Amino acid sequence: MTTATLTRASSSPWRLRWRRFYRNKAALSGLIVLGLLIVFSLLAAPLESFLEIDANNADLLSRFDPPSAQHWLGNDELGRDVLVRLMYGGQVSLAVGFAATLLGAMFGVTVGLLAGYFGGRTDAVLMRLTDGVIALPLLPLLIILAAIDLTKLGFSTDFARSGAASFYRIVLIIALVDWTRIARIVRASTLSVREREFILAARVSGAGTTRILVRNVLPNVIAPIIVACSQVLGSVILFEAVLSFLGFGIVPPTPSWGNMLNNAQELVTTAPALAIYPGLLIFITVVAVNFVGDGLQDAFDPRAN
Amino acid sequence: MRSDRLDEAPGQDLPRLSVPPVLEVDGLTVDFPSPHGGKRVVDGISYSIARGRTLGVVGESGCGKSMTALALLGLVPSSGRMTGRITLNGRSLSDLSAKDWPDVRGQRIALVFQEPMTALNPAMRIGDQIAEVLTIHEGLRKTEARERAIEQLRLVGIPSAAERAKAYPHQLSGGMRQRAVIAMALACRPDVLIADEPTTALDVTIQAQILELMQQLQDEIGMAVQFISHNLAVVSEIADDVIVMYAGQIVERASSADLFAEPLHPYTQGLIETLPEIGRAQDELPVIAGTVPSHYHDIPGCRFAGRCPKADASCRAVAPALRPVRLGREVACHKVS
Repeated sequence: MTTATLTRASSSPWRLRWRRFYRNKAALSGLIVLGLLIVFSLLAAPLESFLEIDANNADLLSRFDPPSAQHWLGNDELGRDVLVRLMYGGQVSLAVGFAATLLGAMFGVTVGLLAGYFGGRTDAVLMRLTDGVIALPLLPLLIILAAIDLTKLGFSTDFARSGAASFYRIVLIIALVDWTRIARIVRASTLSVREREFILAARVSGAGTTRILVRNVLPNVIAPIIVACSQVLGSVILFEAVLSFLGFGIVPPTPSWGNMLNNAQELVTTAPALAIYPGLLIFITVVAVNFVGDGLQDAFDPRAN
Repeated sequence: MRSDRLDEAPGQDLPRLSVPPVLEVDGLTVDFPSPHGGKRVVDGISYSIARGRTLGVVGESGCGKSMTALALLGLVPSSGRMTGRITLNGRSLSDLSAKDWPDVRGQRIALVFQEPMTALNPAMRIGDQIAEVLTIHEGLRKTEARERAIEQLRLVGIPSAAERAKAYPHQLSGGMRQRAVIAMALACRPDVLIADEPTTALDVTIQAQILELMQQLQDEIGMAVQFISHNLAVVSEIADDVIVMYAGQIVERASSADLFAEPLHPYTQGLIETLPEIGRAQDELPVIAGTVPSHYHDIPGCRFAGRCPKADASCRAVAPALRPVRLGREVACHKVS
């Protein structure tokens, strides 16, 4: 009896979800791999100082050096350490992934909540906007957006040329198109939550619209939001790689997995390893994220026990 | 605000009749207009409830009971239109703007729902849900509101309230959940509590506990209660006065004792006959044949005529008005003299 009460008392929805997630081995390994990748990227600076090298320092005398005690994965075409650049590139690629997903999610959630809750004309306008964005031919649009000259928008030349500018730019560009999937999912869930009696109950107890949206609707659509975000994250990381590969993403010398792949493309025959490392990391990351997404989907499924 | 209501509170010794009504409803009508003529769901009903009294509202499903409750809270769906006057403590609610309604809801008029499972937010702890009402209406800070929520749970007889406040709705039993819903409804000490079939979803022993709790809280807080139910046995136990609704109209009004001793309207008689009696063998329970007509506002005569055993041609032609027949009793039927 006592144990029964204790386990019941601790079974908040989040604990139950975590337990279901934990049982899913593929998802759990995905999460661990993702964690390891983050740790791997964050170790860039410590490793750099430990090995006493500089990832951005070109050394034309040691181009394509094979792996050595100081350069564990060898050097690239400009004589820079491949491992440390992969680690820095991971920071950039993962940061772009998380930031663009988060930004897109914030916008998508807002649009979805408003459309689903108010319905009628609001819904029609917002959803046609969403459909419109989905219908845009992405790649040409992104290339145009990436080609916008920031100095003409009033930013200083220093900022426009900096790595930070290309980071913000790519995050914004990806967020601009990745919110649609989240908006649709949130709208659909909001439509069904809106009709539940506790929403009426909240209105009966005098809650205003904002409060109802934030306190009553949002917590009940959080599950589909998280699942959608995990799926979007995978495609965002891939997208950053595509854009950087095409030369419209992160501007060298700042490394990202995408632009390292780009640099390596003409060297594929002479130094295939330079293409394989970043390609493999992108692959592992996306697979891990997708496993986590699947696991979250199952863990949040209300029909599971 | 709170203190002057406390001064009013010890008024139980006054004669009941002299207590001014807390809630007055006059000619309340709810229409759902549509290109095909629309539907009148509630048709000109009037009643009042005094402080500390309980009004039972009985009738079958689909006769406008719940819509009446929503109208009192200004929550008629946007496709509907409400007319008539609602007065709470002498202040008219009918012309309240959408901005002012939230101050009434939950604070002056509260509602207890039928289904305690669906009326609670599954993603929020019970204590937080009650605290929420207090933050909205009394501007309490989080910790204060939480304390009060626990107090409130204790008031409705939830054991180890501090611990239960941290529970999610799915972790509580049906009876406990309904207690929590009542705790939430009464958090701001409302003047009027509308209970919309509050015990229908509960099993019989829990029903009795919840009814007892509601009566006890009514004595403590002194609110007026509008108790909506199709369960006559429950209404006879808890209500002081009863109105019987049929097809959007009041067909009979009486004190609870009179109504159950001698129902006058054939519909009321039919409802009471359908109650099974313990200790009497019955092969078959009597029923009222047919159902509430769906487009009842088009019927020219008495709306019950189609199902009434006493109906004749005049019943079908002329609608009977609600008229006083005896001291304190009103009925809408041509056949009652």
